[in-house]
This record gives sequence, C-alpha cells and structure tokens, in this order.
Amino acid sequence: MMLQSWKELLPGGVIREPGNSVAVETGSWGITQPVIDFQVCVHCMICWIYCPDSSFLVREGRLVGVDYDHCKGCGICAVECPKKCIAMKEGAKSQPLGS
Amino acid sequence: MATLTKERYKLGKFSGTPVALDGATLVAHAMRQVRPDVVAAYPITPQTVITEAFSEFVANGEVDTEFIQTESEHAALSACIGAAAAGGRTQTATSGPGLALMWEVMYVASGSRLPIVMHLCARALSAPINILCDHSDVMGIRDAGWIILLAETAQEAYDNAIQAVRIAEHPDVMLPVASVMDGFTTTHGVDRSEILPNEAVAEFVGVYRAPYSILDVAHPVTVGPLDFHDYYFEHKRQQLEAMERAREVIRRVGQEYGELTGRHYAALEPYRMEDAEVATLVIGSAAGTMRVVVDDLRRQGVRAGMVKLRCFRPFPGEELADLLSGVHAVGILDRSVSPGAASPPLFSEVSSALHQRGHAPQMHSYVYGLGGRTPGPAQFRQVYEELQAGKRAGAEGSLSTYLGLRE
Repeated sequence: MMLQSWKELLPGGVIREPGNSVAVETGSWGITQPVIDFQVCVHCMICWIYCPDSSFLVREGRLVGVDYDHCKGCGICAVECPKKCIAMKEGAKSQPLGS
Repeated sequence: MATLTKERYKLGKFSGTPVALDGATLVAHAMRQVRPDVVAAYPITPQTVITEAFSEFVANGEVDTEFIQTESEHAALSACIGAAAAGGRTQTATSGPGLALMWEVMYVASGSRLPIVMHLCARALSAPINILCDHSDVMGIRDAGWIILLAETAQEAYDNAIQAVRIAEHPDVMLPVASVMDGFTTTHGVDRSEILPNEAVAEFVGVYRAPYSILDVAHPVTVGPLDFHDYYFEHKRQQLEAMERAREVIRRVGQEYGELTGRHYAALEPYRMEDAEVATLVIGSAAGTMRVVVDDLRRQGVRAGMVKLRCFRPFPGEELADLLSGVHAVGILDRSVSPGAASPPLFSEVSSALHQRGHAPQMHSYVYGLGGRTPGPAQFRQVYEELQAGKRAGAEGSLSTYLGLRE
C-alpha cells in the first residue's frame, strides 16, 4: 500500500472512507500464524467465534482458511480449538487456503 | 443600540459600552456573545467565577449553549473533544491543577485538530498548595500544540476570548487556543472595560462550519483512529505547519478586531521601544507595572522600553528579534521556573529565537511573582538599573535573579 505524505493526508487523522481498515494489512504484527489441519478439523467454528480479528474464512458453513492479512497471531484459536488441530507456526502465510 | 454597519466597524469608531467588571465575569460575557454550542467545565479557583457567571447566563436563557458540569477537568476537556468532533463551537475554562489534570487530553484536542477555546486563569501548581497566580500552568502546556494568547488586563482577556474563536476555527489553523489571564489580578480585579454589543460579536465570529461531524450519518468519519509508525509522524508535521500558518491568521484577526474596536492586537506589543537602549520582556498583568516604571525612567532620561508578549505559541521570534535589534540589554521576566533547565521557559525561548537569528543583545534572566507574590515597581526598577550597569546584583552562581525573594 502506497503511504501518503503529510501534504496529502486529512488533518487530525480523520478518516472519511468508511470501512477502510480492510485495506490496512495488520497481519505483519504477528510472529506466528495459525495453521489448520483440515484432516482433523470438524468445522465446529469455535475458532471463528473466538477470533478477535474475524480472520477465519468461512464458506458455506465450512472453515476454509485464515485471512493472514489481518490475523495478528494472538493464538487464541489454537488454545480454544477442541480438536487441537490449529498449530501456531512461523511463516504460515504461504499456506494455501483449504478446500 | 444604534444599527451597526460594516462601514462603521471599519472606521474603528465603535467603542462599546463601558462596564466595571472583574476579568472573569467579563470573559463569561464574551463566551455568552460568541455563543458556543457546548461548554464543558469544572469549577476551580480562580476560574470558578467564569463557570458560575456563564452557567447563570445559560440558566437565564441568555445563551442557548449546552452547559455540562463534568466530574473533573479530564472529563471536561474530553467532553469538549466529543462536542467539537460533532461539529460544535466548544469552550472550556480552567486553572492550574485543573489544567494539569487535562494534560493528557490537551494533546488529543490539538492532535485531532479541534478548534476548542479554553479560558485559562493562570495559577501556581501545588505543592506547597497555592491558589494564586504564576505561569507554571501555562508553561506546562507550551508543547501541547495549543495556540497560547496572554492578556494583561480584563479588556484584553475579553478581546482575546473573542479573537480566539476566529483564530481557532480558521480553516488554515484548526487548532485549540488557550486564552490566558492572570489569576486574581485579572480574574478578580474589577476594571473599566468596554463590552461590544451582542450583534457585533456575533458578526465578527460568524458561524462555525465544521469540516465534518461524527453525528452526520450520511457522511461517516472516524475521529481519533490508531496512528502508528506509518502515519503519526506525518500528522505531527501537519500540526507544526498549522501552527506556522496561525501566525498570519492571528495577525489578520488582530487587525480586523482593531478596525472594529480601535484596539489593535499583534503577537507583541512594544512600549517606548523606538530608541530604547534597555528593555524588558514581560507577559501578563505585570506589563502594567512595568509600563509605569518605563514612564518614570523616561522622565529621568533613561532610554527604557518594554515589550509585552501577547502570543507565546506560535512564538514571534522574528518580530522580537526586530524589536530588540537596537537594544543594548534586555531583561526577560519569567513567572515560572523549570528546575534543572538551562534557563526559565520564557528566557530559553527568547535566547533560542535571538541566537538563531544571529542577533542577541545582552540577556538577563529574572524570575518574579511565583505563587502570587506580586512585584512592585521598585523591583522592576532594579531590573533596569542592572541592565544599565550591565551586571546583576546578588545572583552569583545562578543564571536568574529572583525578584522579591528573601535571601
């Protein structure tokens, strides 16, 4: 994302465009990211409920992956997962989305 | 009241109605006349008179401001921030420890670029506990990003209170303004002043058109978002720029106000400086005493002058250097101290401004009036005597001379 100069910004940090946090990639904050073992996952959605950053991707009632652009690597999902199928790993961003 | 026309303002013939009031009540009248949408404040000596008088105007229906008496000064300024972000013309008032409790929120107001006006009645900071005037509180906010105007008299406090609204809300500025008057000396001293008609003030300050409102659901905005290493620095740079632009706005508003009332305002007010060899720099009510001393000395043939600083932020370094260019020695009078600093706050500012411009007369530091100890003319005369002699008495081992202190 191209950062603006001080001459271009709105004063006072005001944001006019609603919902633009989608464009701000906060995923770089974390050190480790959750990696899901889809062989074990039962799609109970506990991780989806607990995730403070809404970073679990769900399609048609099934967990399909993690939004690594916004996951900050807090690890709550890995602790709460009843099947223990979420592991916190470094460099997990390259993991392809599950099917 | 006769019909007021713009032409009449321009002639500067308009003098207002004379009143005998204390400075705090007069400032409350200014608040009534600029008609803020919201005033949030918490009473504290010596500012209490302002909130008391203003809340009475609200209760009597003389002004339709939403007056919020909050649970603390921290809450008062926070309420102002919310109201200003909603697009309202917003004001508060405080003193010494109340200002100290606002400190965190001071930076939120300026950083969010909200044009809040604060009426600040200067008071010493505890401990030992003290309710009287010095400038410890004012100097504590010198880096908070607020424009700081200082009044000598009740009239100036009233005039600054009206101009502050125009300065703060100017699109080139959009910064909060602290309009300072000396606690008790100015807030409680009854003086002859002139009060403008309501319509004249209403026309002068105009209607505030906020650039956005957090209550405008059709145009949603986020105010006060998280701002890290990626943007915080840029937003601070914008603030610095706005403060620089404020110089010209303060000058123009002061001129326009002069056309309206005959009382012209600038960042500095020189007194008998044309051919002055020795001069003092003062802020606030002490300027009145100093002026008397200057007149006495002039009668004795001493080429004495005085510069009164009206605007501490932005600091008028360029203009000050010009005014002091022909002066042999200048005494800088601080009404606060900064323990362990290179010099007291005002001296440091002047010293830095003059040295940067390659012109520095002899500069002597004087500290006076801490905790309300008002100096008399004899002490100020001592300053000029020392400036003429080129040396200070009884200040061995100290940069500053402490006027009126028992050694």
